[in-house]
Amino acid sequence: MPRTASESIRTRLASAPVCLRRFLWGATASVCLGDVLDATTLGARVADVAGRSVLVVTRDPFASALALIELDGIAARLVVCTPDLPAEHLPAIVAKAGVDVIVCDHNRQSGSQKPQLRIQAPARAFDVAHSTIDGPTEWVLLTSGTTGAPKLLVHTFASLTAPIGGALAQDPGVVWGTFYDIRRYGGLQIFFRALLGRGSFVLSGAGESIGDYLVRLGAHGVTHVSGTPSHWRRALMSPEARAIAPRYIRLSGEIADQGILNALRSFYPRASVGHAFASTEAGVGFEVNDGLEGFPASLIGASGDVQVAVEDGSLRIRSARNAVRYIGEEPCTLSDDRGFVDTGDMVERRGDRYYFLGRRSGIINVGGLKVYPEEVETAINKHPAVRMAVVRPRKSPITGSLVAAEVVLKAEADPNGAGVGTADFKREILQICHDSLAAHKIPATIRFVPALELAAAGKLARPCVP
Amino acid sequence: MSVKPTVISQIRQIAEDNRTPLPPLTDDLVLLDSGLDSLAIAILVARLEETLGFDPFTESDDTAYPVTLGDFIRFYDHAADCLGIDSNQAG
Repeated sequence: MPRTASESIRTRLASAPVCLRRFLWGATASVCLGDVLDATTLGARVADVAGRSVLVVTRDPFASALALIELDGIAARLVVCTPDLPAEHLPAIVAKAGVDVIVCDHNRQSGSQKPQLRIQAPARAFDVAHSTIDGPTEWVLLTSGTTGAPKLLVHTFASLTAPIGGALAQDPGVVWGTFYDIRRYGGLQIFFRALLGRGSFVLSGAGESIGDYLVRLGAHGVTHVSGTPSHWRRALMSPEARAIAPRYIRLSGEIADQGILNALRSFYPRASVGHAFASTEAGVGFEVNDGLEGFPASLIGASGDVQVAVEDGSLRIRSARNAVRYIGEEPCTLSDDRGFVDTGDMVERRGDRYYFLGRRSGIINVGGLKVYPEEVETAINKHPAVRMAVVRPRKSPITGSLVAAEVVLKAEADPNGAGVGTADFKREILQICHDSLAAHKIPATIRFVPALELAAAGKLARPCVP
Repeated sequence: MSVKPTVISQIRQIAEDNRTPLPPLTDDLVLLDSGLDSLAIAILVARLEETLGFDPFTESDDTAYPVTLGDFIRFYDHAADCLGIDSNQAG
């Protein structure tokens, strides 16, 4: 019997009204939420995962959705793999997270000897006892780390659902959609909002184009849609943008500038447009619904569920929405001794508002994907004519930021120090980058300069401002 | 003069860098169907700023995002007119 002591998605669905009129619409299949409770995607083998650490790695987000609904409250730990996770990282994740069982929707070469369970999606009616665990399931989300290997962050049902109290009162006609994959924090938030509220949810499919997704969103009468500013810019550049007429538009995951907020308000005049500050580590910090970029200075130091502070120019957040801890990292690295998570996002006060400047560490956010400049600099430095390179963010109206490189050539390669005749070098450097880096990490622009500024410690000066 | 030749040549260069085949570059071609994804379009805008000296997306907070190649070129031509730039001379 489900325990009331620890809440799970299933206990919430079991007590929710009108489940029979609520749906999870995927690109390849759909399911009525009222049927989910009496069905299983894993058959009798669901018993094999009870109380275990389970890695969920699927091609189809719909399969992940069904598995996550079924296994929350049953598995001791759910490790949620992001769709673009390179397979070579799986063995380390399996080891770090103590994974016992891998749940997948295809024969995946995981490089691991752990047993694999194939998901049957859509879920089939099956007489299976779902035995629940004591205490909540740990949700382990992946976030990219400096070395390229993902970091493992622990959340719980409580931390993931703490931001969405108000969603429970939503009217039953709400249909959610998100351009995020549900296996990322931003998408998972919307997944929970749809399941724990009274609405339905339209999931994007693996590899589905934004135009096709917009058409499906429109066909299901979507009312609430979320995505990054880059997702929204791409949507507005699609002829299918007219397929939807949402009442609520939400932006998160990147800096929402005034241009995209205005463009959305003008294109969807019936919608209220809000942007949220959220990260996998800090959870949802706050939502800004006044139509303006940045956030009101009155949020700093205000009492409430979430405490927001600015220290050394970076935004700090303390709340029950924060991730609980990292797995396999120093225990103190997530939050400071007062429990604040340093988001690493630099802000500046102008008048009665704070504005986002970029990332302190120089991390570049290209359309929601992180780029560590050091990785790109290492690739550029492989070219024999390069003395040194610095990689910085460059502001982009399409993807928020882009990667821009400044390169100093060796004296023998550029005797006049004037960057003359460097077209060949540029092409060769780009070739090296193409061969070793993902597309969003390849510099959009390369400039040859006579020298680079060094900071006091002798390191490259790496301003955060795009 | 229109920025069209500059835009077309930059699109061809980016497609070549990405080894992406291009369909005929007609005015009614939907940009996102051109084989250039949003990252490639972001790179196009950055390179055009380097070549032409302006980025019409950031000139104003009131932006309507272009859907077709024709929209995109008109968007640049309009910005060049407003800025008093002879885009044929730029870059």
